[in-house]
Amino acid sequence: MNELALLIASAIASGTPLALAALGLIINERAGVINLGAEGLMLVAAIAGFASAVATHSSAVGLLAGAAAGAVLAGLLGGLVIWLNTNQYASGLAVSLFGAGFSAFVGIGYTQENLGAHAQAGVPGLCRLPFVGPALFTQHPLAYVAILLAVLQSWFFFRSKPGLVLRAIGESPEAAQALGYSVRWLRLLAVVAGGSLVGLAGAYVSVVATPLWVEGMIAGKGWIALALTTFATWRPARALWGAYLFGGVTMLQLHLQGQGVSVPIELLSALPYLSTILVLVLISRNPRWIAANMPASLGKPFYPGT
Amino acid sequence: MPISNARHRRLFVHGLSLLPLLGWCGCNKKPAPEAAPSAAAPAPASEAAKADGTLKVAFAYVGPVGDAGWTFAHDKARKEAEAAFPGKVKTSFVENVPEAADAERVIRDMVEQGNTLIFGTTFGYMEPMLKVAADSKGVKFEHATGYKTAGNLRTYDSRTFEGAYLAGVVAGSMTKTKVLGVVASIPIPEVIRNIDSFTLGAQSMNPSVKTKVVWVNKWFDPPKETEAAQALLDQGADVLMQNTDSSAVLQTAEKAGKMAFGWDSDMSKFGPHAHLASAVINWAPYYKKAIKDALDGSWKVEQTWWGVKEGAIDLVNIADSVPAATKAKIDEIKKGLSDGSFSIWKGPIKDQTGKEVLKAGEVGETKMLLGINFYVKGVEGQLPASK
Repeated sequence: MNELALLIASAIASGTPLALAALGLIINERAGVINLGAEGLMLVAAIAGFASAVATHSSAVGLLAGAAAGAVLAGLLGGLVIWLNTNQYASGLAVSLFGAGFSAFVGIGYTQENLGAHAQAGVPGLCRLPFVGPALFTQHPLAYVAILLAVLQSWFFFRSKPGLVLRAIGESPEAAQALGYSVRWLRLLAVVAGGSLVGLAGAYVSVVATPLWVEGMIAGKGWIALALTTFATWRPARALWGAYLFGGVTMLQLHLQGQGVSVPIELLSALPYLSTILVLVLISRNPRWIAANMPASLGKPFYPGT
Repeated sequence: MPISNARHRRLFVHGLSLLPLLGWCGCNKKPAPEAAPSAAAPAPASEAAKADGTLKVAFAYVGPVGDAGWTFAHDKARKEAEAAFPGKVKTSFVENVPEAADAERVIRDMVEQGNTLIFGTTFGYMEPMLKVAADSKGVKFEHATGYKTAGNLRTYDSRTFEGAYLAGVVAGSMTKTKVLGVVASIPIPEVIRNIDSFTLGAQSMNPSVKTKVVWVNKWFDPPKETEAAQALLDQGADVLMQNTDSSAVLQTAEKAGKMAFGWDSDMSKFGPHAHLASAVINWAPYYKKAIKDALDGSWKVEQTWWGVKEGAIDLVNIADSVPAATKAKIDEIKKGLSDGSFSIWKGPIKDQTGKEVLKAGEVGETKMLLGINFYVKGVEGQLPASK
């Protein structure tokens, strides 16, 4: 029973960076911009966050620096795809590759730095509860931030006026423009806001989860977060569950190994990815499900004044 | 014997090499100051070396010298070896040499620059070094962790399982839950031998200790190592060991208030409270010997496998919390390994299923150790099908 509680805790910890990144990407995509640069953004944010944390001895500064780095790089991508109308897919891939190379280059001097690991304090009082205490209330504060963000975003997109405007520019930018909204600037705002969350996720990996800098340490989390947006049909709460599911499967396969379950380890390692593909296939079997939720102008350039 | 040590074929498989940028910073050459461009006057390598009386030695590294683990240890030993022969030896190195066609080019370049003793420090340089060695008879080649030799190419490696055993002794005396956890890399004999030796060491202090193992299938993947370590802690392990190359496992133990070890290099600074000791590799004794052999003409082809006895393996920086009796036991074992009176692999040793693999008093031979493919009794779980 205790082990199950710890497995749940590990799953949440492992899913938190995915949740943060996926929530950021949902903001981008709801506004009509697909950000395939997520992996590169997370890598640049990881080194920016790690370097800042090393310099200031403060993990909070590190996390903020990561969010800032994500915002800057996302702004760059936004400038390319919103004003210059470059192909969103190609530009995103370019940012991803750039981020991978750039972070490796900048990070050369940081491979031996040490941030120091600190014991994670639980939520006072609540962490003493049987079962739910160790399962839910021993997380890093960002884990609760991710949950709060998912709730806030759900309200924002479906209940608030600015949220509806944001969705409008992702569904029909022409109509939004006709109503007097500046589609380009609002899209940029959404891209930068989303990018800062993706950056926060990247910094979480290098500052909180594994306080080290290693070239390529994001290891595909940016791509998984992208898959999660579709997986969640662009709904924030579903993205949160998806992230925990992925984190859970990741941790479960390690737990099974520790238990001595005799399944080939290669298969166990592939399990999280297989389950992602499976869910994506199941979702895609119902085209109306996707069509009803997918922002209609996702990935399409917008030319004002035509 | 196509066994042992498929070590360090890792890194640089991130797909990042797509980038020209990376290609550039991935070959960060730092030749010795006097290494003149070879194109000017391509004198035969051996003559170039004799010209100014110094032996020119070059090292090819798979990772950056700042990796805190494998390459870092090699570079530390390189500096020490050079300092041991003042005025007689000039060393240089090239870091981040991928285990591919590039390695051959870099090693050829080292020959062209007049180096007459060349070290390759990762398994994947085996074939490139064989090729270059065949074309450069006047140059001596040293290959770490490989198994093929040639007339001017020999191999060297370290008995890392001795460090694992010593760490096990400490772990066995410190565990309260009687469950140890190992984050393991790739199921090859070297790693299996280390898991077994760690367990045997722990059982020498406390026969009821069990070891749980999680494989991550990588040499170096700190985020994955972190998750694996967390899973082991979740399952009740309170002392962790790793056969991967980063300090992530130690840091995870630090966060959870549990105990762990450093591996390859002294990692105490990464987890000051969790750190029980570091099992380190010291390549300096071998590098000094190899350079001496080359200097005095006694260099001959052999396959070296050094351990505690030769000063190549040690357990350092043992924590204050470890009982004095355990520390005394460690010293005793080290002494026994040095004078040959103690063997780690001495029967009776049973495998996981209870089958006796070494009878009472029987000592495991090198051949058996090099090809080991079973867990000893007390290791839980099933050994992944290797290769």
